[in-house]
Amino acid sequence: MTLMDQSAFITAQKVKAGERSAVEVLESALERIAVVDGRPGSLDYGELTDEDKAKVHAFITLTADRARQQAEAVDAKVRAGEAVGPLAGVPLSVKDIFTVKGMPSTAASRILATFTAPYTATAVQRLEAAGAINLGKVNLDEFTYGSSSESSAFQPSPRNPWDTSRVPGGSSGGSTASVAAGEALLSLGTDTAGSIRQPAAFCGVVGVKPTYGRVSRYGLIAFGSSLDCPGPVAANVRDAALMLGAMAGADPHDSTAAKVPVPDYLASLEQGVQGMRIGLSPDYMKITFPDAETGELVEQDLPEEIKAATLHAAEVLARLGAEIVEDVPMPHTAYGIPAYFVISRVEAASNLHRYDGVKYGYRTQSDYHDLNEMYRKTRAEGFGLQPKLRILMGMYVSAAQYAEQYYARALRVRSLLRSDFDAAFDPAGAYKLDALLTPTTPTTAFKMADVYGDSVLMQYADQLTVPANHAGIPGLSLPGGIASDGLPIGVQFLAPDFAEETLFRAGQAFETATAAEAWRKIKPEVLR
Amino acid sequence: MTDEISPDLFEHLVDLAAFAFDPEEAEYLRRELNNQLKAIHQLENVPLADDVPLASHGVTYTAETRAGLRPDNWAPCENPDEILAQAPQVENRYIIVPDIPHTKLD
Repeated sequence: MTLMDQSAFITAQKVKAGERSAVEVLESALERIAVVDGRPGSLDYGELTDEDKAKVHAFITLTADRARQQAEAVDAKVRAGEAVGPLAGVPLSVKDIFTVKGMPSTAASRILATFTAPYTATAVQRLEAAGAINLGKVNLDEFTYGSSSESSAFQPSPRNPWDTSRVPGGSSGGSTASVAAGEALLSLGTDTAGSIRQPAAFCGVVGVKPTYGRVSRYGLIAFGSSLDCPGPVAANVRDAALMLGAMAGADPHDSTAAKVPVPDYLASLEQGVQGMRIGLSPDYMKITFPDAETGELVEQDLPEEIKAATLHAAEVLARLGAEIVEDVPMPHTAYGIPAYFVISRVEAASNLHRYDGVKYGYRTQSDYHDLNEMYRKTRAEGFGLQPKLRILMGMYVSAAQYAEQYYARALRVRSLLRSDFDAAFDPAGAYKLDALLTPTTPTTAFKMADVYGDSVLMQYADQLTVPANHAGIPGLSLPGGIASDGLPIGVQFLAPDFAEETLFRAGQAFETATAAEAWRKIKPEVLR
Repeated sequence: MTDEISPDLFEHLVDLAAFAFDPEEAEYLRRELNNQLKAIHQLENVPLADDVPLASHGVTYTAETRAGLRPDNWAPCENPDEILAQAPQVENRYIIVPDIPHTKLD
């Protein structure tokens, strides 16, 4: 057992009490990284070796010296008897989609590989102000476009600590892999269609997509501006609650950061689920995807093990006093991905037009005659295939002659996805739910390269998470079991706007009640 | 089944997006676009009453939750040289771009 096997909560308590120094904790994190992470992602990566294939590769940029300065500053405050924040001495990794002043901020793209941010994202600034020790930037799908982290321009891409032949999920795969492997106790990720919750499920950690507007997006390199949510990745529910409390709240730099008071999530954490109404929906127990040949929707039940984990969670919660409400209709769930294919692409295309080789980032090194040729060569060389796909689709479905047929229709379907949740959570409605309990993903982590390249199949990995992004509501994924393939299964709670407290209470109750179950004793492969 | 995005339409999109692709890349991207459109067409199966509004955001902002506008106060940039240093080509604190082609509009 090392210092990196303790929770963030306990670590901060010990650092605050002077029982452990932040520097000691940091050195323990750096030792773990040295053992499990392997070489960091880079643009010039060459051939993958067998050793590479056995490592986690969570990091792109490790900033050990900067982290030491932060840790020494925390320790100095403790020694001087000065107040330190709730995350004092807690090692944190940051998805490389957030800007940190003076640090490379690449979005895992060649086009931003040379970009050093001149300002710090609000979420990062708040976490550091709370005493977290920022270890550096972790890898992701390029510009967050993917569900496996394989599309990063910085290779080797992250691998799943439970089985390094598997993907960690994505796009926050570096975040969830770094926490699962005990390289960081907390990680800051983002969730646009499930990009925190899906990799959290694949890596056996806790991931939270807060309500849209709960956490500032200032300094987040944008993908889908109406969908993007910064959120915590942690090893347990308490740590996730602690982290969200430190970074949530209004921000004068982001007009979409809502002016809603942030409750003390830890104060209500142990209140249990007695009397809580928790729903199960048959629409989350199946997946629907288009047949590659005909384009017709095919419906398939989820694997038994995935369903069983969710039903087990329901049984546990029922024993704890929750009222389980079955057969809650969520009839538009299957349309979440088709609507997302339109809305996210339009927003992505709009956001990506700013990368042009003029103001910052990559400019082609080959010859060009005029501005247009410079743009074309810069963008062709600087962007990988996934950003290119999103730009092209976004332009097509928002073109004047197609916008009504595609974009307007998708935005109206988004209203219906929202109305499913409004009906389920309506205190005067038929179901009166406090939370909906669902599987997080349709499968456990898939093999590296098995899905990558098929952009449709990859997107459907987010089928059970994307409705919450359309609706803006909060969601939490936490480990719910281990499948027969030895990989973690995630279960998900969804709750009404700004009801993150409910998610933490339900998650904590389930986590505590199952603490002695055999599957919780199993460790990721890289830690065995 | 005819591809919705034909090679000609694809070339038009590529031009608008200021990209340039080799044939292999172009074929992959066009195939994926057409596959994604098959999924997108499932939206046509959703009955939409006339009163279903467009949702630009999931969460509704109210007077209580909306952050509101900041005061429009001028403040100097703290680090203009740091920001200029990010540009690929700078001369005398001007960002340099190649010749801008002129098109005569009829």
